[in-house]
Amino acid sequence: MVSPSFRALTWKLLRDLWHLRGQMFSIVLVVATGVMTVLTMRGGYESLLRSQAAYYSQTRFPDLWSSLERAPRSVESELEEIPGVSAVATRVNYMARLDLPGLNVPGMGLFISVPDHGAPELGGIVILSGRLPGAASTDEVVISRVFADARGLVLGDSVRAILNGRARDLRVVGTAVSPEHSYSVPPGALYPDDERYGVFWMRRGVLGPLYDMEGAFNEVVLDLAPGADVDVVTARVDAVLDPYGGRGAFPRADQFSHLVLQGELDQNRVMGTVIPAVFLSVAAFLLHIVLSRLISTQRTQIGVLKAFGYTDREVGRHYLAMAAVASGLGTVLGAGAGVWLGGAYVRMYGTYFNFPALNYDFSVTLLATASLVTLGSAALGALQGARSAARLPPAEAMRPEPPPSFEPGPFERLGLGRVLPAAGRMILRSLERRPVRALLSALGVAFSVAILVMGMFMFDGVTFMMDLQFRLAQREDLQVAFREPLDVVVRHELARMDGVTTVELYRNEPARLRAGHREREVGLQGFPMGSRLRRIVVDEDDIRPLPAEGLVLSQILAERLDVEVGDTVDVEFLEGRRAEVLVPIAAVVEDFIGVSAILDRDALDRLAGGPRTASGALLAVHAEARDRLLERIEEAPAVASVQSPAMTLETFQAQLADSLFIAVGFLLGFAGLIAVAVIYNGARISLSERGRELASLRVLGFRRQEVAVLLLGEQAVVTLLAIPAGWVLGYLFSLSVVDSVRTETYRVALVISPRTYMISAVITVAAAVASGWIVRRRIDHMDLVAVLKTRE
Amino acid sequence: MTNTGRAVLRARGLSKVYRMGQVDVHALREVDLDLEGGELLVLLGASGSGKSTLLNILGGLDRPSGGTVHYLDEELTGLDDDDLTDYRRRHVGFVFQAYNLIPSLTARENVALITDISSNPMDPAEALGMVGLGDRVDHFPAQLSGGEQQRVAIARAVAKRPDILFCDEPTGALDVETGKKVLTVLDQVNRETGTTTAIITHNAAIARMADRVLHMSSGQIAEEVRNPSRASVEEIEW
Repeated sequence: MVSPSFRALTWKLLRDLWHLRGQMFSIVLVVATGVMTVLTMRGGYESLLRSQAAYYSQTRFPDLWSSLERAPRSVESELEEIPGVSAVATRVNYMARLDLPGLNVPGMGLFISVPDHGAPELGGIVILSGRLPGAASTDEVVISRVFADARGLVLGDSVRAILNGRARDLRVVGTAVSPEHSYSVPPGALYPDDERYGVFWMRRGVLGPLYDMEGAFNEVVLDLAPGADVDVVTARVDAVLDPYGGRGAFPRADQFSHLVLQGELDQNRVMGTVIPAVFLSVAAFLLHIVLSRLISTQRTQIGVLKAFGYTDREVGRHYLAMAAVASGLGTVLGAGAGVWLGGAYVRMYGTYFNFPALNYDFSVTLLATASLVTLGSAALGALQGARSAARLPPAEAMRPEPPPSFEPGPFERLGLGRVLPAAGRMILRSLERRPVRALLSALGVAFSVAILVMGMFMFDGVTFMMDLQFRLAQREDLQVAFREPLDVVVRHELARMDGVTTVELYRNEPARLRAGHREREVGLQGFPMGSRLRRIVVDEDDIRPLPAEGLVLSQILAERLDVEVGDTVDVEFLEGRRAEVLVPIAAVVEDFIGVSAILDRDALDRLAGGPRTASGALLAVHAEARDRLLERIEEAPAVASVQSPAMTLETFQAQLADSLFIAVGFLLGFAGLIAVAVIYNGARISLSERGRELASLRVLGFRRQEVAVLLLGEQAVVTLLAIPAGWVLGYLFSLSVVDSVRTETYRVALVISPRTYMISAVITVAAAVASGWIVRRRIDHMDLVAVLKTRE
Repeated sequence: MTNTGRAVLRARGLSKVYRMGQVDVHALREVDLDLEGGELLVLLGASGSGKSTLLNILGGLDRPSGGTVHYLDEELTGLDDDDLTDYRRRHVGFVFQAYNLIPSLTARENVALITDISSNPMDPAEALGMVGLGDRVDHFPAQLSGGEQQRVAIARAVAKRPDILFCDEPTGALDVETGKKVLTVLDQVNRETGTTTAIITHNAAIARMADRVLHMSSGQIAEEVRNPSRASVEEIEW
């Protein structure tokens, strides 16, 4: 039943809401952003997890991989018989040069066989356009989607590849994605380079014979039965493949694409928790404080309502409705924006990781959690304000409020008051009278500073680590990888080339490092003694030459093996004579990209045995000769790839810029919104509480500017206190990001530049000034005549 | 000190029309008024008679719809908001019915807040001594009675040595005894400092303490009475 009184109260509600529209709007926005970040970031993360699971199950993403020299297919049954193995698929897989127009570095293709009939059952692919190669055709290939997109290849186009020394024109009949290559990086590089590197799937009956692999395989993927012990199966697989040049099986946790994706998802999990949590807390705080203060300024009205017979319950319900409207509107707005942005978020990451199907799944649980938090805190604030007003007998509530009690606070008792002008004392006492409110406001603003620091720290950390990697540690202009190990005399040939100033040969040996029960497969890299192009960078001020004896390990590798300087690790070479030796650890360096285990090349030669060979070379060249040399070297048949760290850096920076700018843009908006909402509401409430006081000062001859100082001084102090606190919080947030992205692919350095601190402060101050300016304009419209009258 | 006879404020043909919906409300109709230097003027009238509107215009808080106001040789009616603020800051003191003290400042600091922005102010303690609050200077408004708060407000208004003091129902919120204390202070300030003082009230008894009394009715000055001599506040009863 709708009673007339209810209708009148509803009108009052609507008018109050309209009257307070500025404050309501800012609260609605914060609530909306809180709900939106929950749905976008957390919801996006959960959707990505589900998409990943669906993708993995659709393609039967394997549990274990191993590559080997060559084994007859009869070995398949031996692998199938290993307890815990539920399925086995063998493949032929070769890296080949591509003849791609318009590139100054050679293109590379990873050629993988698919069964002669049908699609691969284990380690499958998802055909996005076209079809699998015909069973009988000899030149049909399916190519990876990113490669097709980057090169503008469409079905029917052809690509020339040099397969086992022979050029062949291959016809594209399909494009596909595979979770094994969701993040596809050319050999020797750190980042994807889709224009020059692609994955090619060919029928086994076509690819095998080209490499003399009929009836044989050089890669196997396995599916494990539920509950199987990965380590035990790995050991058994290694034992079976050992006679065939097995390079050591590795589990899903070490699969490169999976590793990168997992790292990225972990980061999303952290961000998707921290940021929505910050927003929801700020929204909850604002709702609580704004509503309780708004309502306590309506005490006279509450007195009147009660005098006319409204019950406490009806009055309470009236103000609860106000809270419900603010948080309800925010929730609806945030849910809409969250679903929309969540879709974009999932698409962005999905494209980045080449997911075939992208679905943003709307989570009712998340929405319910977010709206409960905001509604709950709004209701609490409203009830608290209404209760304190309703507790008063109506007669007292209708009388003007007595002047609030003040007393000199602790700062003044310390003597600070004497040096402050009267205006300063007003500000100080007002803060000291409500210290919790001031602290919570400062905390709100500090969150905005912290979000900014965390956002920009990503740039700092990555810039620092790139600088460390490419300016201090990795100083070559070109990195050449040989197709097969070459005799060290190749050094002279390279040194004779015009423009080359330094040549350093390196040797790369796949090996398994073992310490106790922990083990890890790595490429052991040997660099010449006194290398100028590769140095050991412990930190910016501590750059050392390579030690003559012992291993230098990445910090993360040392952690995984649980070893430190002075310990020894058991090194088992996985190729050649397969020597097994104990090597001491000479140094551990905190590097940020990949994992490395390096040592003196002579030491490596000695330990690995066999002829002294080189896997590649590092070159320092004259700048103007770089591109010419690159082209010449890539043409050499013995060369597998030529990399330029400078180009890697460029590719990386372009990619980084894309993803980080979006993220930082969002964070900037978020942080600005929080700062504005906290400061604007603080000043507005202050104005409604002290409007009369300030207007009488205007009557007494205070200029607008002088009154503004009194009104906004409090917010200025809150902002200034919040900035250093925000820096500390931002540092802690950044620390949690660093921990969450500490993967073997890359780590982020906890480096926050003074510029980041400065910018975060400047943006926050700007937001504060903007909020102050909006409120300041209201001072111009103060009703001076009204203060001459008694309070209503 | 008595009236110098020279007009400090001169209003001519003042009118003020408020538009309320479809009707024009004439709050002031062609009012002529001189406020003479040093005099104590009482403006009497019922609510709605236009006395507050007149005081707001004379005090530089509102603008007339017609007519002019001159402060000495300066025309107030042509000033913008900032210049009106300056006029109030330099020449005018206000005492409000609701005191309007700053709750977070002590009595002394409330006075100091105004003397800080004045060019030739009294010492705040001296001003408070003048209103009989020499021993309450470090009290906050919440620790003072209504009469004491109003006396702080008077000290605040006079401490900057204004040329004109406007008081809008200064005793309206006070009981008789307290009201008399406040009026005594106003009377004393006017006599000792020679500040031209205009008091608005609907309490006819107060008129006896004035040099001159204006009765307002329907936006016009209905009657002007010059008291042959000012009664002391003790003599007044209401």
